[in-house]
Amino acid sequence: MKISREDVVRVAELAYLDLSEGELETYRKQIDEILEYIGKLNELDTASVAPMTQVLTDDQASDATLREDLVVPCAVAEDVLKQAPDPEAPYFRVPKVIER
Amino acid sequence: MTANWTIDGVREALAAKKVSARELAGEFYKRIEGRNPELNAYLALSQERARRQAEKIDAMVAAGEELPLLAGVPVAVKDVISTRGVTTTCGSKILEKYVPPYDATAVERLEAAGAVILGKTNCDEFAMGSSNENSAYGPVKNPICTKLVPGGSSGGSAAVVAAGLAVASLGTDTGGSIRQPGAFCGIPAMMGSYGRVSRYGLIAFASSLDRIGPLATNVKDVATVLQVIAGRDPLDSTSATAAVPDYAGGLGDPVKGLRLGIPKEYFGEGMDAGVREKIEAGIEVYKKLGCELVEIRMPHTDYAIATYYIIATAEASSNLARYDGVRYGLRVEADSLISMYRKTRGAGFGAEVKRRIVLGTYVLSAGYYDAYYLKGQKVRALIAQDFRDAFLKVDAILTPTSPVPPFRLGERTADPLQMYLADIYTVTGSLAGVPGISVPCGKTESGLPVGLQLFGPAFGEARVLQLAHAFEQAGGVSL
Repeated sequence: MKISREDVVRVAELAYLDLSEGELETYRKQIDEILEYIGKLNELDTASVAPMTQVLTDDQASDATLREDLVVPCAVAEDVLKQAPDPEAPYFRVPKVIER
Repeated sequence: MTANWTIDGVREALAAKKVSARELAGEFYKRIEGRNPELNAYLALSQERARRQAEKIDAMVAAGEELPLLAGVPVAVKDVISTRGVTTTCGSKILEKYVPPYDATAVERLEAAGAVILGKTNCDEFAMGSSNENSAYGPVKNPICTKLVPGGSSGGSAAVVAAGLAVASLGTDTGGSIRQPGAFCGIPAMMGSYGRVSRYGLIAFASSLDRIGPLATNVKDVATVLQVIAGRDPLDSTSATAAVPDYAGGLGDPVKGLRLGIPKEYFGEGMDAGVREKIEAGIEVYKKLGCELVEIRMPHTDYAIATYYIIATAEASSNLARYDGVRYGLRVEADSLISMYRKTRGAGFGAEVKRRIVLGTYVLSAGYYDAYYLKGQKVRALIAQDFRDAFLKVDAILTPTSPVPPFRLGERTADPLQMYLADIYTVTGSLAGVPGISVPCGKTESGLPVGLQLFGPAFGEARVLQLAHAFEQAGGVSL
């Protein structure tokens, strides 16, 4: 077994996910099987391989050169707040943070 | 009214005043009314927006102006792509009522070219899935046979084109999500190289893998739509500076003498016999076209699924952190901020999304990062190298798109890993960043569509499109 119920509980906390007991066990089992499968990567010796952190090289991507630091208009606040569950312009209102 | 419209057909009919853009849009909305309840391919219709655009095009026709490339062409857009003023749900409850205040660059470019956006298509939730059964709004049915899945995650985008409910559509591809539904619904479908099309406005799943791409009824239309949406965008720092050639114009270039790589690793066991038969027939078509078939090795193919499900889920866990009920989307009320986050995400996300967030968070967490994520990044480099090595010897790589023909709804939902393994032929190219197209390659004995996939080198879309076009012209699509 690669992943325990405690592992899933810890990870769900990190990811701010409320999971039911049933979900916890179902995901644990499924992810355990997936992690077992993923273990095959250990068949490969990658000690001298550089990780592929970017897909495009610097000269291929569009921000290869620095741009001027220009201020451009960005009057989106009103449109954005229209979507908010509880707006109090210009803020997003949320429940207060309670210290643990 | 023609049943099967193409982009050329629409433009010709408009110019000859045989039909107006408004009439055409109206015709498609009538078809949608008739067929969408069964297929569940459209989630939202944008009649107002479509009408305004159609009027604009009709005014241009009346004024005798030159018509842009996609003038009056009815198109559909996958619901993970932002459309100003039109709900964009990503197939999720957490964005059920979300209306973006802006258009994705790809959408802007479609409209600037005259396209009439009919509506948003159903998809697997946050583009996570291979059958469109993970949508919070119900599955999409395959128009070829409604007991079958249309593929995923761009199942809706493929279904609407196959059913004549749009002339072309935009889908997104992260591990195969444009190509595989294209194959399952019997239409050509393409992803350009990573960075070929701007991701600005594409609601992110995996930022180093996501791509927007076209689906249509024929290769020329795929090429035309790609041409319209491709190109550098200052709003997406990962968009490529490479120039966009005339993809549609270059289609007729001869393919005789081009070398096609047949990778041994894609033709082993695990491929359905019906699929194999059609792909082998497809290979014969290329031989008759004068292409040279070269057997190649891509030794890290077998590790692609494992690599993909580490990297994609890790990136997803990061990208989906923003759905917290604060600024947009669903909010479940709670006494504390943290509780609000947890309840909102618990209630708003479906099972597949939660599973991937848990897996992705795990492989990034302290103590596991090196063993999983870093390892995955290194194997990704090896897979990308396999492609670069292959393209020293061949001009394109030929594989099946999917190891299996379209399966029945519910057939693979019990076992996530089984579903993941069906992506084996598509995720490789996703990881490597190369372009790939699926072109129809006939049907199995039981009438199920088969797709043939071609990969090209980075920014080699023109070559891939030429080869697909030649195949189509040679009758390969109805083998």
